[in-house]
Amino acid sequence: MIAQIVAAVIFVVMFILIVLDKIERHYVTLGCGVLTLGLVFGACMQSGEAVIETLNFGSIFTVDFWYHAGTSGESVPGINWETIIFIAGMMVMVEGMARVGFFRWLCMLIAKLVKCKTIPIFITFMLMSGVLAMFIDSITVILFLAAVTVELAQLLKFNPVPMILAEIFCANLGGSATMCGDPPNIIIGTSLGYSFADFITNTGLMAAAGMVASILYFYLVFRKEYKKSEAPFDLSKFPSPSEAIKDRKGFIISTVIFLVAVVLLITHAQTGLTVSFIGLFIALATVLTAPRHFGEIIKGVDYKTLLFFVGLFIVVAGLEHTGVLNLVAQMIGELSGGNVMLMIVIILWVSAIASAFVDNIPFAATMIPVIKALAVSQGVDLTALAWTLSMGTDIGGSATPIGASANVVGTSVAAKQGYTIGWGKYCKVCAPITIIVLLISMAIIFVRYI
Amino acid sequence: MEKQIIISIGREYGSGGHYIAELLGERFGIPIYGHNLLDEIAKERNVPVEELRQYDELPKKHLLSRTVKGYSNSPEENVANLQFDYLKRMANEGKSFIVVGRCAEHVLKDCPSMVSVFVLGDRKAKAKRICEIRKMDEFEALITMNRHDKNRKAYHNHYCMGKWGDSRCYELCINSSRLGLDKTADIIEAYVRERLNNM
Repeated sequence: MIAQIVAAVIFVVMFILIVLDKIERHYVTLGCGVLTLGLVFGACMQSGEAVIETLNFGSIFTVDFWYHAGTSGESVPGINWETIIFIAGMMVMVEGMARVGFFRWLCMLIAKLVKCKTIPIFITFMLMSGVLAMFIDSITVILFLAAVTVELAQLLKFNPVPMILAEIFCANLGGSATMCGDPPNIIIGTSLGYSFADFITNTGLMAAAGMVASILYFYLVFRKEYKKSEAPFDLSKFPSPSEAIKDRKGFIISTVIFLVAVVLLITHAQTGLTVSFIGLFIALATVLTAPRHFGEIIKGVDYKTLLFFVGLFIVVAGLEHTGVLNLVAQMIGELSGGNVMLMIVIILWVSAIASAFVDNIPFAATMIPVIKALAVSQGVDLTALAWTLSMGTDIGGSATPIGASANVVGTSVAAKQGYTIGWGKYCKVCAPITIIVLLISMAIIFVRYI
Repeated sequence: MEKQIIISIGREYGSGGHYIAELLGERFGIPIYGHNLLDEIAKERNVPVEELRQYDELPKKHLLSRTVKGYSNSPEENVANLQFDYLKRMANEGKSFIVVGRCAEHVLKDCPSMVSVFVLGDRKAKAKRICEIRKMDEFEALITMNRHDKNRKAYHNHYCMGKWGDSRCYELCINSSRLGLDKTADIIEAYVRERLNNM
């Protein structure tokens, strides 16, 4: 009982400190992780076994960590090193791509292909944002896309704000489609043993339906504004996309590595290669093919996010070991009275609302053991709950400017150029479409899984 | 002016800091930047100034803000940074000017030609001045004064190492209620001229 209270207090304090944003979040989770190890596992439970299981170093040295002969199993409570190694690998690859100018080149190329017409740019950039975010972290996608959008807006004289908001929304939506698109999905996939194909055929379908609705929504809302600003533009004045490429040889290598990563991810259920293997492979491929830029690439890796994950997994393991999350699962089970539909409604909307205001990563990490316990105790199909949690956390974050990292980065890039986006402006545009996409997802979940 | 001179004026609401800045601007023949700093930024970036003005000199709303990899969604913080960058650029170009508020004493602390001043005032005298200018009663004036000072303090203390109004952060702190605004401006002018002679 004392261990449960201490674990819950540490978790609540961690959440409050993350929301307050006064201390860098990796310090918060690491500090709380140390407290969990010392107070919960050490002082209260006096269990060295729980500490070893939570630190989970042993898993890295097993064959299963790198290669699964059959279907992958569910992971044990503790640090999910598979997620951390995969994210680190993706960060290295993305740094390599950014260094050579890949993202800017792609944006300029698409703008040129649609002859710099505002509405076609608006629609193609939404699509590009969604597709890129399926494989690359949405922060990087938005960082480049928003910067190019502002640049194009100044050149073609249109208001970049609606376009940036649409790109942010589509990046979050695209991220929900795949296992590697959004951190909650990576954690869900590696914790519950789902493959890339599992995600694309389930959350991917919901994201595709959401994408059609989003493009239609943004087009209908902003078509008048963008039609007005659609003036003829002399294409010869448009900078050549190839000017964006900083290193031609590096550009070709980075593009090949990216395509290989996409193929490896799509086929990982068939090849048996785990996401940790893929992460390590693409990281090594990136640094070994650009040895002169090793320092520059590694320096760009966001180690703070990786440390944030380490601390977070320890705190969540504290809740799991002490049975707090079983109690939460029991509460949801009782609240829904065993009704699966009600359970899905609760998980979808609670995770969406929570993700709109707090970081969706700790929320998803906490909810995974809860849905596992719910599936066991209530006899509900775990996959239905997993896809519900994934859509709730990924899409809910789009509703407010602080709900997801891409929102923060996108609004900040715009504001740095003088285009401020406050809560009112952001929510007026993005909250309605967030609700629409959540309703579409809920309808698909009801039809497909119940 | 031959030598570059930058005067940063921090001020309490109702102390007449802006009026003193105007007097100094006339006497030294240099431009004053306060709210109008955003006009320059908006013109340069071709964006509507009203969009920026609504977040001018306001503290960051912590519960409604998040920072990711150094990027903040807070419009207040982004507008403040736009102004800080603009001030730094003007200072680096060797321009002379007066800045009212906007954490200038901290933002331009590395600029050797910067003179930092903080203008304060007696509570009653400030309230009287606010009543005259804003045509309100004393009670309303005091509420307005408290609100503005609270915001200025929160805004300043978020971006600066030192505290707002702390004498250690400024070269000169002066109570404008004692000698009146014109004589206060005379004293600051004399100090700045002396500083100019020693540069």
